[in-house]
Amino acid sequence: MASIVLYLNNSAKDITFPLLEDRFQFLNPNTSSDSSFSSLAGTVRILLCVANSPVNSETLDKYPSLECVVGSTTGLNHIDLAECRRRGIRVTNAGDAFADDAADYAVGLLIDTLRRISAADRFVRAGSWAVKGLFPLSYKVWGKRVGIAGMGSIGRRISKRLQAFGCSIAYNSRKPKANISFPFYASVQELASNVDILVVCLALTNETRHIITRDVMKALGKEGIIVNIGRGSLIDEKEMVKLLVKGEIGGAGLDVFENEPVVPQELYALGNVVLSPHRGGAVPESLLRLQEIMIANIEAFFANKPLLSEIELE
Amino acid sequence: MESIGVLMICPMNSYLEQELDKRFKLFRYWNIPQTQQFLKENSNSIRAVVGNSMAGADAQLIESLPKLEIVSSFSVGLDKIDLNKCKEKGIRVTNTPDVLTEDVADLAIGLMLAVLRRLCECDRYVRKGLWKTGDFKLTTKFTGKSVGIIGLGRIGTAIAKRAEAFDCPISYYSRSEKADTNYKYYPSVIDLASNCQILVVACSLTPETRHIINREVIDALGPKGVLINIGRGPHVDEAELLSALVEGRLGGAGLDVFENEPEAPEELFGLDNVVLLPHVGSGTIETRTAMADLVLGNLEAHFLNKPLLTPVV
Repeated sequence: MASIVLYLNNSAKDITFPLLEDRFQFLNPNTSSDSSFSSLAGTVRILLCVANSPVNSETLDKYPSLECVVGSTTGLNHIDLAECRRRGIRVTNAGDAFADDAADYAVGLLIDTLRRISAADRFVRAGSWAVKGLFPLSYKVWGKRVGIAGMGSIGRRISKRLQAFGCSIAYNSRKPKANISFPFYASVQELASNVDILVVCLALTNETRHIITRDVMKALGKEGIIVNIGRGSLIDEKEMVKLLVKGEIGGAGLDVFENEPVVPQELYALGNVVLSPHRGGAVPESLLRLQEIMIANIEAFFANKPLLSEIELE
Repeated sequence: MESIGVLMICPMNSYLEQELDKRFKLFRYWNIPQTQQFLKENSNSIRAVVGNSMAGADAQLIESLPKLEIVSSFSVGLDKIDLNKCKEKGIRVTNTPDVLTEDVADLAIGLMLAVLRRLCECDRYVRKGLWKTGDFKLTTKFTGKSVGIIGLGRIGTAIAKRAEAFDCPISYYSRSEKADTNYKYYPSVIDLASNCQILVVACSLTPETRHIINREVIDALGPKGVLINIGRGPHVDEAELLSALVEGRLGGAGLDVFENEPEAPEELFGLDNVVLLPHVGSGTIETRTAMADLVLGNLEAHFLNKPLLTPVV
């Protein structure tokens, strides 16, 4: 019997997973005919969630035999994890498919923000170098104190990279991590008060929504920098924009926003802000790796073996 | 020391300028309309020259300053100073090594990430409002890419250390193989370029290294290769680089320096696979202050007959 996987794509993204299409039989509610669909909907046991397609109670009610949700992203804030737990449904994410590239991107945004790379590139392309002369001085990266909010697989990779730039690392997460020797702070507020740069790579949950408050950002100080490669809603975006516009924090490197693809226009005029359209993980190799991980999860599920990148549901 | 004449060649740093003005008799060369006349009238009082990466002390200037005792460069590169002439005349030369190593290496990696991950292009995409029309394309992975470094000096070594943290295999070319390193050595720049994906220029500019990046090297690097130049503009045959980029024979470039600063070739402005910077390798507040303090410290040491802090000659 072919392995039937429910293919759920209610995101705005036109994404395909060619490696999976060969291996599994996809049941797509958006394209299946009514007759075949309704009989299979009652028996399908595993769901592939494309991008940030919402998976909530309403979704789960439609597929009463579901035992597993296979995510295709690192963050799972679009999936009602509490509801999955309640129904005994296991959930997997993208594992470390995007981790290296997300870490690279965080470091790139950090350097760009402090050293004004994008702003300086604009300066040259506008022909201003020959006319206006010296570009304003920027800020040193080497030796800065970096606070990582969220020390998961991405946070660890960011730490390893930044140490090579002489940066000292401190972190916050729900609990101290056993095999991490960097200083731990119990709150993001305390963390922000003790670092020059705050890198946000937490999972977005009900508890972490707007965890980066106005007070946390102010604690970074007038030369403090914030880099967000997690989710836009981790930061109180309205407050952040006000602080940046008023110059109360030193700058920001942002790959994610509260209401993508909408980006607050007040940020466009700021030379100490680097804006990115959520491309932290978007390299071909990571999409290939993602498919490998999803295949491994689905095959393990059907073989009753341990899943590769199962998320612990609390 | 207020009577000692110091000739500052071009604007480079307001803190340095202010301090030179306070401590010495400062002449600002760039404000002088008739330089020949000026040199005739003031050459007897000028005992020091302060230059930088854009302009320093060539043979002609040195000859026209008979009382010149020291050239203190606001840079680590010495390509704008006629070192042989200085040696001949017993003129001391100082530069600003070490204090800028980290900044330049930080920027080299920043350029690599900006080119491969299209950071500047992404930022432009958002600012133009294009994200609302669709996602930006996929970019190019940086972790694990092979990095080839031309010149394994202070800056080259610092770049290697950072790139290693991204699991990049490191190889290098220099005039002779270094004994104390595990990085792979290639005996020619072409060999190096053929065997790496990201090629960084981190050597000093001398007559031998002028146009060290020529058409052959660019072709060896290839359509997926990326060139990073944080050395000097003349290291690269800029016309060849331009045609390679436009024709797609080279994948991309991150350039902090150009042959004819502050002019950067306008043909580059329309390309999406390049990042262009106005020679800001050491351009942070912290580092430029440290560099200025070295220049001032060297000048003071010289005029107080103390050992120079960072002598070259």
